[in-house]
Amino acid sequence: MYSDKVMDHFTHPRNVGEIENASGVGTVGNAKCGDIMRIYLDIDENQIIRDVKFKTFGCGAAIATSSMATELIKGKSIYEALEITNKTVMEALDGLPPVKIHCSLLAEEAIHAALWDYAKKNNITIEGLKEPKSDIHDGEKDE
Amino acid sequence: MIYLDNAATTKVKKEVVDAMIPYFTEKFENPSSIYTPSREIAKDLQDAREYLAHTINADASEIYFTGSGSEADNWAIKGIAMAKKAKGRHIIISKIEHHAILESVKTLEKLGFEITYLNVDKDGLVDLEELENSIREDTILVSVMTANNEIGTIEPIKEIGAICHKHNCLFHTDAVQAYGVLDIDVKEDNIDLLSTSAHKINGPKGIGFLYVRKGLMISPLINGGNQEQGKRAGTTNSALIMGFKKAAELKFQTKDEDNKYILGLRDHLMDRVLKEIPYVRVNGSVEKRLPANMNFSFEFIEGEGMLLKLDALGICASSGSACTSGSLDPSHVLLAIGLPHAIAHGSLRLSIGKDNTLEEIDYVCDNLVKIISELRSMSPLYEDFVKKEGK
Repeated sequence: MYSDKVMDHFTHPRNVGEIENASGVGTVGNAKCGDIMRIYLDIDENQIIRDVKFKTFGCGAAIATSSMATELIKGKSIYEALEITNKTVMEALDGLPPVKIHCSLLAEEAIHAALWDYAKKNNITIEGLKEPKSDIHDGEKDE
Repeated sequence: MIYLDNAATTKVKKEVVDAMIPYFTEKFENPSSIYTPSREIAKDLQDAREYLAHTINADASEIYFTGSGSEADNWAIKGIAMAKKAKGRHIIISKIEHHAILESVKTLEKLGFEITYLNVDKDGLVDLEELENSIREDTILVSVMTANNEIGTIEPIKEIGAICHKHNCLFHTDAVQAYGVLDIDVKEDNIDLLSTSAHKINGPKGIGFLYVRKGLMISPLINGGNQEQGKRAGTTNSALIMGFKKAAELKFQTKDEDNKYILGLRDHLMDRVLKEIPYVRVNGSVEKRLPANMNFSFEFIEGEGMLLKLDALGICASSGSACTSGSLDPSHVLLAIGLPHAIAHGSLRLSIGKDNTLEEIDYVCDNLVKIISELRSMSPLYEDFVKKEGK
């Protein structure tokens, strides 16, 4: 059901870990749905993403999309990173099964959440970036 | 390959294949026809029916072959509902029934039937008092499985049956996981209807039976010819029935020693995992449990990742996580025993068979330790937990 690329990124995930004193950190998803993604960004003074790390609680697709998303934004400017959509991530992975498309949405949201955190910390506005909806703490509420 | 998913299906034994082959080729005739070859096949099938009936202390006329365990479950629920709807439209089931039961009662709900879903405790056991209090004047059927497919919990079916009969309502049990493992006596255990499936006991897929107590009215689900005493149409599947019989013969011959051997492996697996992996729990009752079943929840990680990593090592297992169910919700069984969603997502079911060895179990344990710690090292939930603990 998974493409070779998805399996490769699941088996050998790139950029797993944390960044201490990161320029921006974003966590999205919730445990109820079974996916939580956290992205750490290290952004230099020219607004270039020098380094990126992730941690993900989730299925194979969630881990693979996190890994691919970090690869796609590493070394890019924050505006280039903002242009990465779930479609870009999915295409880079040679597609995902229909039930796993929400995983790629999470990767896009995690990048946005980390950029939002960076903007907030530096008191700047990144044009086109909306405040992320983080529902990580709503995990155990009843439907 | 290390196959630890025997609750999903089992390997068909060579003897079973050999028993089936003649009924595809030289004994291909329709057993319902009048000529000599057909009559001979019909006699073989009658022998099979008698043998299978005796395994649950039933009469051959009480055994109705079906195309699967799911069909047997569907038929029991819908067939009794249709036959008894004049008496009442209330049915009671447990919250941890197989989807074949759950979806069948949902269909009936849409048709105006009322369903009561019995809670289970943290071990997955039905509460007898709650059952008795739930039975009403218009209750026509109670369905509680003999043993659960995900967590292996064995329900007190004899007591459940007694309560049903005391209140004049019928008792069905889905024995798909229990048949050939536990001793079942439909008379002693107060059972009116019981579902089984051949492929869980090294038989072929596509065949099961529904036991229906003599004299009980049940409407057919599949209409057509006069097969199965006019209750289940469709040309009799001679080969699969003969395969089912052979599989049951082999299973019942060695049942007790197989159970003992499998239980030894299961306990070894449980002991090692509980000793070597932190933040893990066993789902389901430890005592009232099918010998082959083990179900763990590993905190901070999700089940599908575990399955993929086990698969990469040639280990076949299953999980109750949402990602393996095709929906966003984890297993209804794990939620019913009270697991929070996050922990239910991290479940792993290993179901052992007679072909597994101690070396295989050790190999699985060795690798589970590594896989769990690898997945935790990339889990934000584990990171948060460690930071919180460190404070």
